[in-house]
Amino acid sequence: MILRPGSSLSVTSAGSGWPPAVFDPAGPYSEPVTTLAWALLLGGTAVFALVLAALGVALFGSAALKARLGGEKAIWIGGFAFPAVVLTGLLIWGLMLTSSLSATRVTGAEMRVKIIGEMWWWRVHYQDAEGRETLRDANELHIPVGKPVLLELETADVIHSFWVPRLGGKMDMIPGRTNRLLIQADKPGVYKGQCAEYCGGPHALMGFIVVAHTAEDFARWKASRVPARGEQGRGLELFLSSGCAACHTIRGTPATGLAGPDLTHVGSRQTLGAGILPNNPGTMAGWIADAQAIKPANRMPAYHQLSAEELLAVSEYLVRRK
Amino acid sequence: MIWKGGVAGSMLMILAACDPAPIEPPLADAGSIARGKAAAQRLGCGACHELPGIDWPKGRIGPSLAGFGNRALIAGTLPNDLPRLAAFVADAPSLVPGSGMPAVPMDAGEAHDIAAWLQSQRD
Ligand code: HEC
Ligand SMILES: [Cu+2]
Repeated sequence: MILRPGSSLSVTSAGSGWPPAVFDPAGPYSEPVTTLAWALLLGGTAVFALVLAALGVALFGSAALKARLGGEKAIWIGGFAFPAVVLTGLLIWGLMLTSSLSATRVTGAEMRVKIIGEMWWWRVHYQDAEGRETLRDANELHIPVGKPVLLELETADVIHSFWVPRLGGKMDMIPGRTNRLLIQADKPGVYKGQCAEYCGGPHALMGFIVVAHTAEDFARWKASRVPARGEQGRGLELFLSSGCAACHTIRGTPATGLAGPDLTHVGSRQTLGAGILPNNPGTMAGWIADAQAIKPANRMPAYHQLSAEELLAVSEYLVRRK
Repeated sequence: MIWKGGVAGSMLMILAACDPAPIEPPLADAGSIARGKAAAQRLGCGACHELPGIDWPKGRIGPSLAGFGNRALIAGTLPNDLPRLAAFVADAPSLVPGSGMPAVPMDAGEAHDIAAWLQSQRD
């Protein structure tokens, strides 16, 4: 799949859809999770079958079998030795398998990004190797393939959980804390994520997108993150006069609001409304006119006061923010 | 031959005119209708419209499209036939100036399928 910055693959054609694929790892930080999940699932099934077999013996077995099942030896083996050995082994193996997942320190080899959960969307702050902020965006993370990405996960309000199943584990965003998580994609593509901790209202509509590029594509994407300057026109005028700028930033314009997602490059996002709608002129207009019908109780008001002509002018302006 | 066919044709029309049921344009093929529904979902038409058979989203900014096959007019102005509906779905402002519905990038096949799907909504 060729991914150019600004190419508008729809959410479903991205091959991920909803819910995000699990059991389908696409990188070294997701693989151990999947291995462990399969081991638990299959092991659990085997133990369940054993218990059912024992129940069968207890109910329908011959008197001799029943006596052996209820004997002291069976209880020592089945009730004590077996669980102790299996659970201890599982604990040690699980900890070893997943030890690479928790990013306890910064090695300098990773790309660094801070992601802040909001009710019900995500701030994405790209950082340099020293952890200084270099670029602000929202709801979509662009990464190069084959390189670990160290995420610093925070929240602005309640507990959220960051989860992009094909690229890594699941990590809570807890008020007052910075949690770290490593993710990595081995192939270019679009990977879907989802808030995995109930955070009120439209929690189920709090999605996320990771776009993984080849090294050259990533460099091109990075170079394209400069705001269009000096643009005037009806779309921008309406954006400023309708109150949008109180909540949204568009770099290079007087719009510097912080309550909602940064819209400097909103036209280049794959999705709108935090991973829930494809991004095209139609969904843009629909979101602006009545985001409440689409994502009930989200924090952007509906704009019924815009005329058809005004609505199209504002959305057309935003669609062009590549 | 032509003359005979003409007679037979007008006889049929007369017969059809006697039928009390309204004359409905035939449905497009089932494949086209199914692809149209999928395309409408993929493009997010639901951001503005309530769409028959699609649970979410149910936008309120545009009209509900349930039962669209029974409507005589598109956007209250154009006859609801398949080529015009397909053209409108892809580029509303060029057919109905002043429409609040923007042109949505899609190919001709998608527009045709979406129109076929909408016209199949007859209850
Ligand atoms: C009261 C603050 C507020 C105002 C005013 C506001 N917005 Fe928003 N906007 C938000 C919030 C919060 C979100 C994120 C909603 C969510 O996904 O939960 C948002 C999301 C958006 C998005 C989707 C961004 C994305 O990446 O998904 C667009 C586009 C947008 N707003 C455009 C506008 C326009 C245009 C106006 C003015 C007509 C406007 N907003 C006015 C708060 C606001
Ligand atoms: Cu949540």
